[in-house]
This record gives sequence, structure tokens and C-alpha cells, in this order.
Amino acid sequence: MNRIEGKFNQLRKQHKKAFIAFITAGYPSLTVTARLVKEFDRIGVDIVELGVPFSDPMADGPIIQEASKAALDKKINLEDIFRLVRSVRKTAVVPICLMTYYNPVFCYGEARFVKDAVAAGVDGVIIPDLPPEEAVGFIQQAALKNLDTIFLAAPTSTAQRLKLISKVSRGFIYYVSLTGVTGPRASLPMDLGRQIKIIKKITSKPVCVGFGVSRRQQVEKLNKISDGVIVGSAIVRKIKENISRPDLVKKVSGFISCLKGA
Amino acid sequence: MLPDRFGHFDGFGGRFVPETLIYALDELEQEYKKAKKDASFIRDLNYYLREYAGRPTPLFFAKKLSQRLGMKVYLKREDLLHTGAHKINNTIGQGLLCLRMKKPRVIAETGAGQHGVATATVAALFGLKCDVYMGKEDISRQSLNVYRMKLLGAQVIPVRSGSKTLKDAMTEALRDWVTNVRQTHYVIGTVAGPHPYPELVRDFQSVIGREAKKQILEKEGRLPDCLVACVGGGSNAMGLFHSFFNDKKVKFIGVEAGGKGLKLGEHAATLVTGSIGVLHGAKSNLLEDKYGQVSLTHSISAGLDYPGVGPEHAYYKKIGRAAYVAVSDKEALEGFRLLSEEEGIIPALESAHAVSYLAKLGKRLKKNSIVIVCVSGRGDKDMGIVTKKLKI
Repeated sequence: MNRIEGKFNQLRKQHKKAFIAFITAGYPSLTVTARLVKEFDRIGVDIVELGVPFSDPMADGPIIQEASKAALDKKINLEDIFRLVRSVRKTAVVPICLMTYYNPVFCYGEARFVKDAVAAGVDGVIIPDLPPEEAVGFIQQAALKNLDTIFLAAPTSTAQRLKLISKVSRGFIYYVSLTGVTGPRASLPMDLGRQIKIIKKITSKPVCVGFGVSRRQQVEKLNKISDGVIVGSAIVRKIKENISRPDLVKKVSGFISCLKGA
Repeated sequence: MLPDRFGHFDGFGGRFVPETLIYALDELEQEYKKAKKDASFIRDLNYYLREYAGRPTPLFFAKKLSQRLGMKVYLKREDLLHTGAHKINNTIGQGLLCLRMKKPRVIAETGAGQHGVATATVAALFGLKCDVYMGKEDISRQSLNVYRMKLLGAQVIPVRSGSKTLKDAMTEALRDWVTNVRQTHYVIGTVAGPHPYPELVRDFQSVIGREAKKQILEKEGRLPDCLVACVGGGSNAMGLFHSFFNDKKVKFIGVEAGGKGLKLGEHAATLVTGSIGVLHGAKSNLLEDKYGQVSLTHSISAGLDYPGVGPEHAYYKKIGRAAYVAVSDKEALEGFRLLSEEEGIIPALESAHAVSYLAKLGKRLKKNSIVIVCVSGRGDKDMGIVTKKLKI
């Protein structure tokens, strides 16, 4: 059993929902990212998602685009990120997923990527521009090394596609709350609850909801109908707001504690 | 015939997009399949191509240029089409598909502005709302086309990210599409992007080659020895080449933008120097660093200033069906001047790349070889850049 599956088993027993925090790796620096991951582990974030910076992040809104660009300006690459995970793994037990566009994985080599990710202590991978049809080889490689492949489901996915996504997803299913790019929204779609019910009927795997989630009330509401939430841009924005403060980690940590509740 | 049902051209192409868009791509694919077999769609398409765009375009024998270069040069005059470039062949087709899908809004990316103008034109004609994404850099260097789009009722949205050129305009258009997918059709302007676009755009542009083939057989009684076209994303080249695919004796030459030189970041010669990668929904050749980060590019021609290329061109390169070469900014300007002075035809800077390559090609061809060059667009839009560079 890998760490993600273990985490969801544990949460289920405790009747709790997953709080998944996304940050861009290397923003504002690899050192700060490492400190943030350790802090997230300490305060009970259930899963950490590390964004691999990419030059053309087509599923991301302005906040993550900017963080991604800042990390790329510092020449952050996959090797750096694997080193980072390896170093935090010495102490942190929190499951870690990488969220990366496909081209960096393709250029690194799928098999080599899977091997190095697992060796570093990565538990799962989310590739937003790699739908199941194009992922046949990658799914096989990942399964061999027990690396979870987390696929995205969207409000526009048909029942037939939801079945396919459920079949190939390991760890959890990432349900995209809205048609759009990442970024905080004041309100989420009215029919989100109904949509999640549809997918929950199709799959027995955990369904976590991301995109747009940025407020405590949204988290509470989603916890009632899904298996967890993913918050990204709101956290990255908090990092940006405190970027030059010595207590950046504490500020971000406080923000997350407020969002996720006790 | 390729692509296969996944949109793959022998390993290239495919669909590398967020899940949200899959349904729209399926919808477009299905609609196109139906339309292809629908006599009323074919009739409408041909009607607008003939009565509105001005097809067929002439295949003009360039006598002075031929004498000077020692070969028989024919020019496929796509520059004479309404809006001034081949782009309208595709936007009419996609505009009609959009009407069939009952989507009230179209979006487009544009580099030189030709595809943006062609989309805005069709949007005006068919009563669709139109937003065009254009890099900030391109907005300033192709301002004439920006005014045209605005006059046609389109909104031009400046893109300030990355290199502020075509690549970033396309990324931003994809973000818009992910957001507004239910009400919006994305009119991709070249043979790139996720399946079914490379196939769809190729089919709409292949009218160029179909006409040229018929015309050259009428004029010369035989097939040409060589076809030459510029390649950014590759739509005019694919449009010219495709109908000649099985005529193995006809050589294909795609001319890419060599920019200031072939150092990464200073050119846009994707097939000449690039490696395999995934950008904007398809696997193809790409200008990228070893970590898979997409490179910045440079070309004097905004329409060729793109780090990717259509997947079918990557396939043509792989199987050796086409040769791809690069021509520098400076050489393209010489081609621009050459066609203007010898034939009284001012080409777009994109097309000038293809014209410029003829001089190099002449040395390698037998006497009386027949060459067809695609003059994909006219040069009015480039007068600002050219007057500065050529000190006219």
C-alpha cells in the first residue's frame, strides 16, 4: 500500500476528509518550498501537491502562471524537484504528488521519470494535459513502481469517460469543479453537488475537488459531498503576499489552518 | 489514410489537452464527420470559397523570375484571396461547422494577424461573436491587421505572457476555450493543435493543392518537380502538399524561419533543428530545452514565429516525404524584394521565405524543372517592417 491509499484509509476510519495543498515547487525558492512541505506535514495537511513549473501552463490561471514563471527564471527543473522531495522525505511522512504538464515528463523519459520520482519519495502524479487515451504507456510504467496516476474528471466529462477515468485513476480522482483554469473563485458552480453525486455513483475511488476553491465555507461544503478538497492558487497567492517576510512559512501555515479547520 | 482514430500520424499528433476540452474535440470531430458527407455542407463551403473568398486562385507563370533562376516557376496566388491570405479557406470551413454546432462565439489565436482577420471576417459574415488573442509584440508589428479585426467587429485581446507572440496567443486562447467551451468554438488557424484540428485544417486547406494540380496539368501537361511553401505551423504548405502525397516524384520543400541564425532562441526552424515534444495539444517537433521547456523564438515574420509545427509535417519529415530547410530574416527580405521587382507581386514576409529559397534550389534542379511556390499571403501588412529594414 502506498502513502496515498494509506492516507485515505485512515481518513475514512476517522470520518474525515482530505485537505490537499498545492504549491509551485521552487517558488519563491527550493529552500522555502522544503520548509513549507515540512510545515504542511506538521500541521496535518493530508496530501501535498508540488507543481512542476512549465513554460506554457495552459490549465493555469494568472497566479500559478506567475509562480511557475518565477521558478523557471531560477532554472528549477525536475532533477531539483526530485532532490527537494528526497530531502523532505527524511522527516516528512505526508503523501506527495507532483502536478506536471506532460512535456517535461516526456522529455525526461517516462520510465526514468517514474523511477526517479519513486526513488525520491513521490507517491502520485497528476498530468493535466495527459488524458487516459494518451497515457497508456505511462500508466503501465507507473503501476510497475506503485506510483499513483491521478486523472482529472471535468464537468464536461460524459458518463462513459468518467468510467474510463475511474478505471485508470489510482490514489484518487481529481474532480475539476468548473470549466476553466486554476484560480480562486468567489463562488463555485450551482450544480457542483449534483455533478459530484454522478461521479460518486460511478466510482468507488476517492473523489477530491479542486479549481476555484479558496474559502473556508467552500471547503466545508465540499467536505460534505466529496472525499476532499484541493487548494492551490489561494495558497500560492498567500505565498506571494508574504514573499519578503521572514515569517512567510508561518503566515501560509496559519492561512491553511484557517481553511481546513481543525 | 492518416491520422488514425486517435488523431495519430505514426506517433505524432494526438490529444494532449485538459479533460474539460475532450468533449468539445469529440463534438467537433463528430460534426466534421457528418458535414463531410452532407451535400449541403459541401455546397455551402464551395459557394463561399468561390463567391466570397474568390477561388479558384490563379497559378501564375512567373516568366521573369523563371528566366532569372533557370527553372519554370509557377506561383499559386493565395495572396489574391479575400482578406489577403490562404487563411480564409480554413475559417470559412470552421465557421460553417460552428454554425452547425450552434455555438454563438468563436475565438482564434493569431501571429501575423492574417488568421485573426480571416476569423473576424467569417464571424462578421455569419453573425458570430469573435475574440482574437494576439501577442503584444505582434500587435505592434502587425498593427494594420489589428485595425482590420477591430473594424470587422472582433475584440483583439493582447497577450502579455512569455514571448508575447503566437505561442502565447495560442496558450491563452486554449485557456479561454477551457473556460467558455460550451458556447465557444476555437478556430485554430493552422494544422497544429489537438485532434481533429490537424486533419480538419489540412482538409480545408487542401483545396490549394487540388487546384494547383489541375492547373499545372492543364498548363504543362505534367506534374511539377517540386513544391515549395513556407512553414510556421504549416497550413499553407500542408494545403499545397497534401493532394500530391502519392505522386512520389513530386518533391516537397517546407521553408522555415531561420531568423538571425540557428542558435536556439534566435529562429523558428522547428523541423530543421527541433526535437520531439508536446505543445498545444499535440506531439510533434518542437523547439525546447532538454527539460522540455518551450523555447522563445525569433523571426522577422510574425506568422512563422512559432516553436511548434503541425504533427503531419513531423510525420512527413520522419518518413522522408518532405524536406525542410531554413531561410534567414535577411534572405527572406531578399525574397520579398525579388518577387516585388521581378513580378510586381508583393508577398507577405512569410511567403517571402519560400520565394527566397528558390535561388538556392535553382542550383540543384535540372533545367526546365517545374516548381510551384505557394504565395500564401500578400505583403501590405509588412510594409512597416520592410520599409525600415530595406531602407525604402
